[in-house]
Amino acid sequence: MRSFSFGKALVPVVSAVTLIYLLLPIAYVVAFSFNERRGRNNISWNGFSLQNWQNPCGAPQVCTAFSNSILVGVVATVVATILGTMIAIALVRYKFKGRSTVSLLLFTPMATPEVVLGAGLAAQFLLAGVEKGIGTIILAHTMFCISYVVVAVKARVASLNPAIEEAGRDLYGSPTQVFFRVTLPMLMPGIIGAALLSFALSFDDFIITNFNSGTATTFPKFIYISALKGVPAQANVLASMVFFGALLLVIIVQLVNINRAKRLAKI
Amino acid sequence: MAFTAFSQSAKVVDQAPKGKSWIALILLAPGIAYMLLFFVAPFIQLAITSLQAPAEGHGIGQYVAGLEFINYWTAIQQYWPQLVRAFIYAVIATIIGLLISYPLAYLLGVTLRNRAMLQGILLILVVAPFFISMLLRTLAWKSILPVEFIGTDGSVIFGLIYNFIPFMVLPMFASLQALDLRLVEAGTDLYASPVTVFRKVTLPLSMPGVVSGTLLSFIPMSGDFVVASRSFLGSTDTAMIGNVIESNFLQTQNYPMAAALSIILMLAILVIVATYVRRSGAEDLL
Repeated sequence: MRSFSFGKALVPVVSAVTLIYLLLPIAYVVAFSFNERRGRNNISWNGFSLQNWQNPCGAPQVCTAFSNSILVGVVATVVATILGTMIAIALVRYKFKGRSTVSLLLFTPMATPEVVLGAGLAAQFLLAGVEKGIGTIILAHTMFCISYVVVAVKARVASLNPAIEEAGRDLYGSPTQVFFRVTLPMLMPGIIGAALLSFALSFDDFIITNFNSGTATTFPKFIYISALKGVPAQANVLASMVFFGALLLVIIVQLVNINRAKRLAKI
Repeated sequence: MAFTAFSQSAKVVDQAPKGKSWIALILLAPGIAYMLLFFVAPFIQLAITSLQAPAEGHGIGQYVAGLEFINYWTAIQQYWPQLVRAFIYAVIATIIGLLISYPLAYLLGVTLRNRAMLQGILLILVVAPFFISMLLRTLAWKSILPVEFIGTDGSVIFGLIYNFIPFMVLPMFASLQALDLRLVEAGTDLYASPVTVFRKVTLPLSMPGVVSGTLLSFIPMSGDFVVASRSFLGSTDTAMIGNVIESNFLQTQNYPMAAALSIILMLAILVIVATYVRRSGAEDLL
């Protein structure tokens, strides 16, 4: 491989450039949460200040939008995780007519541009005379979250060893007992992962929300509307809080996984 | 981690004892009913809306049921530049995105395969953008990039590539991590040059990841309207089909036009994706 030094350098160099491309705007968003406030604009750097972090709800509407997003994310995630997990179990564990149709039905939303999903739902709410608001946002988010939950949990169900559940049955566990004491705990890592993914997707969704929100505001919609006049630094503060919280969570999960792998390796 | 779980294509092993089908029905019914109501039905409503006619003597946004197939013709006539532009942007952004993401996926899946700690840290960096508002990150580029560059084809493509790098890297990483390195070694032992080994062994074996990564990027890119909008990285000259659908639906309330454009977009994507999947020989992925 000595002759391929150019190729050898190519991988790390391009990777480094791609990573910088990926991470530079994050650094920018976090840095500008510490920008000293002068007027509403948060575009030019005025100096380091903690005033925005001390008063994250200081800009009008920003915290209402933020809490709406959390509400939508939580409700959509809970409903989607339950319905999606049920479908995932059925898809892997049972043979039934139309199984491939069901798979297709769940795969298609992920392969449909959001603008089409959003416009379709909005057309439906319009024809049905439903007034758009938080409720319609939740209905819309739950729909696309179900698809992602099914994909994530299905992989986990497929990797389960049925022998463990058989052992449970051999020990006279009733089907309900086997499900709640054996199957569900083994599925948990997949379900938690799916729920986190679902929340992240809902929390950051703008396109579908924009079509189905009426006058209700979510955090991304707040940013979109403010983009014309300048986004207040408080939005950067709230986004940074979410970022560091999620990062911490992921690092903990990674560490737990690495530890578990090490323990298993010892056995 | 949630995002890697999602990127790994589900290996569905047929699990031997198949249970009773009425249990399956109970498990499926609520979720499927939900999808029929909020995914399938909206498509039908979209088709109905796309054929509506303006209501005589009524204000903006008032339409009555009709069979105005002419709406599709008007939509194409009026907005074909935005439709074509969207696909040109999406194709260019997907190709460049693939070229800059593959090395990173390779680094994660092959070079760092036995260094769990470093691999873990880099993986977290790749998914980090998911945790912070996409709109704020796109706006950040508006401030970072030179003012003259904003509002051009280049800045919109730049923003599109940026937003979909993780979607590109994760599936390719999953494929490359599963790559059997002994096959690469065998190629080298047979005196194939590194370029040949890459072309004949590594790349074909990572094709499933390449196909899912490019599809996961191309489809949302072609319908995007945030990056190309005027308050982000675009200008009136960069409007994509998504911008037109959005403004027709939400601003001018020309619902039939927006619905017809949505259906045209969906059909165009179907044709492009089907052709691409067939030519890349990855049918069994879908």
